[in-house]
Amino acid sequence: MSTVVFVAGAGVITGIGNNVPGCVDALEQGKTGIDTIKYLQTNHRGQLPVAEVKLSNDELAAISGFSPSASRNVMLSMIAAKEALDNSGIKDIPDLRTGFVSATTVAGMDKTEKFFADFLPDHSKGKLRDLRYHECGNITAMVAEKLGIRHYMSTISTACSSSANAIMYGARLIKHNVLDAVIAGGTEALTKFTLNGFNTLMILDEQLCQPFDENRRGLNLGEGAGYLALVSERVAELLKANLYCALTGYCNVNDAYHQTASSPEGDGPYWAMSGALKMSGLQPADIGYINLHGTGTQNNDSSEGTAIKRLFHPRYPKLSSTKSFTGHTLGASAGIEAVFSALAVQRGLIYPNLHLQTPIKEFAFIPESGFSTDPELKNVLSNSVGFGGNCSSLIFSKL
Amino acid sequence: MKAYIRSAVSISPQNTFDNSSFLNGLAEYQGNRLNCIEPDYNEIIAPKLNRRMSRLIKMSAACALTCLKDAGITSPDAIITGTAYGCLEDTGIFLTSVIEQDEEPLTPTAFVQSTHNTAGAQIALLIKCNYYNNTFVSGGVSFENALLDALMLLSENEQANILAGGMDEITDISHTILSRTGLYKHGPVSNTNLFLLNSKGTIGGEGAAFFLLASKPSEHNLANIDAVATFYKPADITETAQHISSFLAAQCISASDIDLFITGNNGDAKHDKVFAQLQQLLFDRVPSANYKNLCGEYPTSTAFALWMAANIVKANSIPAILGHTGVTKNKINKVLIYNHYQNIYHSLILISAC
Repeated sequence: MSTVVFVAGAGVITGIGNNVPGCVDALEQGKTGIDTIKYLQTNHRGQLPVAEVKLSNDELAAISGFSPSASRNVMLSMIAAKEALDNSGIKDIPDLRTGFVSATTVAGMDKTEKFFADFLPDHSKGKLRDLRYHECGNITAMVAEKLGIRHYMSTISTACSSSANAIMYGARLIKHNVLDAVIAGGTEALTKFTLNGFNTLMILDEQLCQPFDENRRGLNLGEGAGYLALVSERVAELLKANLYCALTGYCNVNDAYHQTASSPEGDGPYWAMSGALKMSGLQPADIGYINLHGTGTQNNDSSEGTAIKRLFHPRYPKLSSTKSFTGHTLGASAGIEAVFSALAVQRGLIYPNLHLQTPIKEFAFIPESGFSTDPELKNVLSNSVGFGGNCSSLIFSKL
Repeated sequence: MKAYIRSAVSISPQNTFDNSSFLNGLAEYQGNRLNCIEPDYNEIIAPKLNRRMSRLIKMSAACALTCLKDAGITSPDAIITGTAYGCLEDTGIFLTSVIEQDEEPLTPTAFVQSTHNTAGAQIALLIKCNYYNNTFVSGGVSFENALLDALMLLSENEQANILAGGMDEITDISHTILSRTGLYKHGPVSNTNLFLLNSKGTIGGEGAAFFLLASKPSEHNLANIDAVATFYKPADITETAQHISSFLAAQCISASDIDLFITGNNGDAKHDKVFAQLQQLLFDRVPSANYKNLCGEYPTSTAFALWMAANIVKANSIPAILGHTGVTKNKINKVLIYNHYQNIYHSLILISAC
C-alpha cells in the first residue's frame, strides 16, 4: 500500500466566486458572499441571509451543460468537478483508472420540493423527471458521465462532514491501488428543506454570522461545491508542474454524544485532529493554519474551540472560519474548505474570519481578522463536524 | 483484501431475524409490496430510544446490536452503512410539513433524523462507538461501497472488527412514486409466482442486514468475503461478461469454480435477460439461485443476498424455498452474487467457505 496522495487539481463554486480565482479574490478582499435571498423560492426571503451562488439556474445550466430544469445541486457539482479535473492535467495521461467520489446531504431536494407541491394534493400528479435528482447517487452518476468517468464512482453522506469523508475515501482508493486518480469532494444547493430544517432548530442567524465570536448567534446557510483532484505517487511524477500539495493526514471519528449536538469537551473534533496529526507524523506545532468548521453556532464553536485548546494550548496556529464568506454549505462544506486549505498551503494564504468583534472569552486564541500571506506555511488542518457525531479532519502539507 | 464474516443478521420480508433456523419456509405475499417481518424492538433497543426512531433506524439498530452480540463484540472499530434512499419516512414527514404548512414553524425532529447517516450515527450513539463511521449513498451499489470500505479498513488494520450493513425502506409515498415509474408489476402477482409471469416490472422490497467483519478467523465464522467489485452501465452483455471474467481471474478462479451463482433476477422480463444470457455465456454448468422472490427489489438487496449466501456456505446446503437448480457438489465452497439494479449499477460479491 502506498502512503502518499497528492493534490493535483482543485475546483470550487460558492457564494463568493464561481471558480478558484474568483473565490481566492474574494477571500483576499474580505468580501462575504452572504446576502439576502435572491434565487431560492422561499417565504424566508428578506429574513434569513444565505450565501447563494450568484447565478440563476439558467446561467448555471449554460456553464454546466445541464438543462435549466436540472437540480442546482447537479449543476454546481459539475462546474466545480470539471474545474478540478481540467485543472489537474490528469485527462492528458492515457489509461488512468479515474474515479469520482462525491458527497451531498439532500441532493436534488430542490426538485423533489417542486414535485411534492403537485404530488401531495394528488398522488397522480407531479413530474417524475423532477425526482431523478432525489437520490444522492444519481447526482454523482450524472456528473461522472458528463466528466467521462466510468471506472469507479461513489457517494458519501455523513451530514456536514460528508465531503471530508469523500476525500478520505478517494485517497484510500488510491492507496489501495483501486484507482490512480480521483476527483473527490462534495456539492450542495440551497433548498427549502434545509433552510426550514435549520430554522426549526433555531440555529440560523438573521444577521451575518459571526463564527467564533463571543456573541455569535448562529449560522448562515450557503451553497456550492468543491472538489480536489487526488493522484497517486506515480501519476504525481508525471504531473510534477501541476501539484498543489500532499494530503498527509486524515481521520474520521464519531463523537457519539448526541444526534445534533457536539460534546462540550469537543471529543469528536479532538480525536479527529489528533488522528490526522498522528497519521501525518506531525506535531501540533507543525500546523500553521486551521480552517475551522466554525459554523457560528454556540454549540459548535464552543465544542471545536475546546478541542483546539486541548490539542494546541498554549501555542495556537493561525485559524479562521471561511464560513463567514461562504455560509455553511453542509455536504459541500468540507470539499470547499479542502480546496481553500490546499490553496492556502500551496500559496501561503491565511484567510480572515469575517465579522469577528469579540473573541470567545474562554479561549486564549483569536481567529485571524484580516487576510495575510505566510510563505513559511507548511501544514494546514481542515475540520468538519456533522449531525450524528460524524467528525473528520484533513491535513494538507507543502511539497 | 479479505474478510471473515463473524456474524450476520437480517430483517427482511422473510422470517430471518431469528438465526436459529435458516429460511425454513417461505413467507408468501400477494401484490407488489413486500414489507419486513419485524421483531419486538423493545427486547433489543431501550423503549425510550426505540419510540423516537423511525422504522428504518429501528431495523438497522436491531440488526446491528444483534450482530455484535452474536459475534461477542461490545464495540467495533468501525461502523459503515450503505443506503440508497436513506431515511425516507422522516424525509417525507418533514418535506410534507414544509409544503403543507407553507414554511410555518415546524418541529425539527423529522429533519434531524432525515440525514442519510442517521442509522450509522444512532448505532454509534447506542453503543458509544467513537471510531470510524461512514455512510455510502451510491444508489444500487451503496452496500457494495460499504463492503469495499470495510475490506480496505481491514487491510489497513488487521486487528479491526468492522460492523457493515445495508438498508432501505419502503414508505407509502415511495411505493406510490416507484409504482408510477413503472418499476413494479401491475395486476395480480405473488412472490411465489414472480419468475413465472414473464412480464414487465418487479415487486418492491425492503430490509436491513448487518455483518461483523474481521481479518482474523474465529471459531464461528460463517464465510469469507473474497472480493467485491462494481461496474456502471455496461455497453452490452459482452462487457458485463468481461467484467465478471476479470473479477474471477483476479481471484485466480474461473466460472467453473463457482459452486453457486446467486443472481438478482427480479421477475422483470427485460431486467432478467442479462442473467439468462450470462448463465449461458459463463455459468452454463453452475447451479444458480434467486433471492428477490424472498426480499423483493430494492437498491441494497445485495445485503440480504450476502446474508443468505453466508448462511448457505455455513450450512453447506441450500434452502428448498430458493427454487435453485440442483447442486451436485458435496461442498459449497464458492458462491458468487451478481446483481444489477435497473441495468445501471452492477455488482459482484464473491464469498467462500472458511
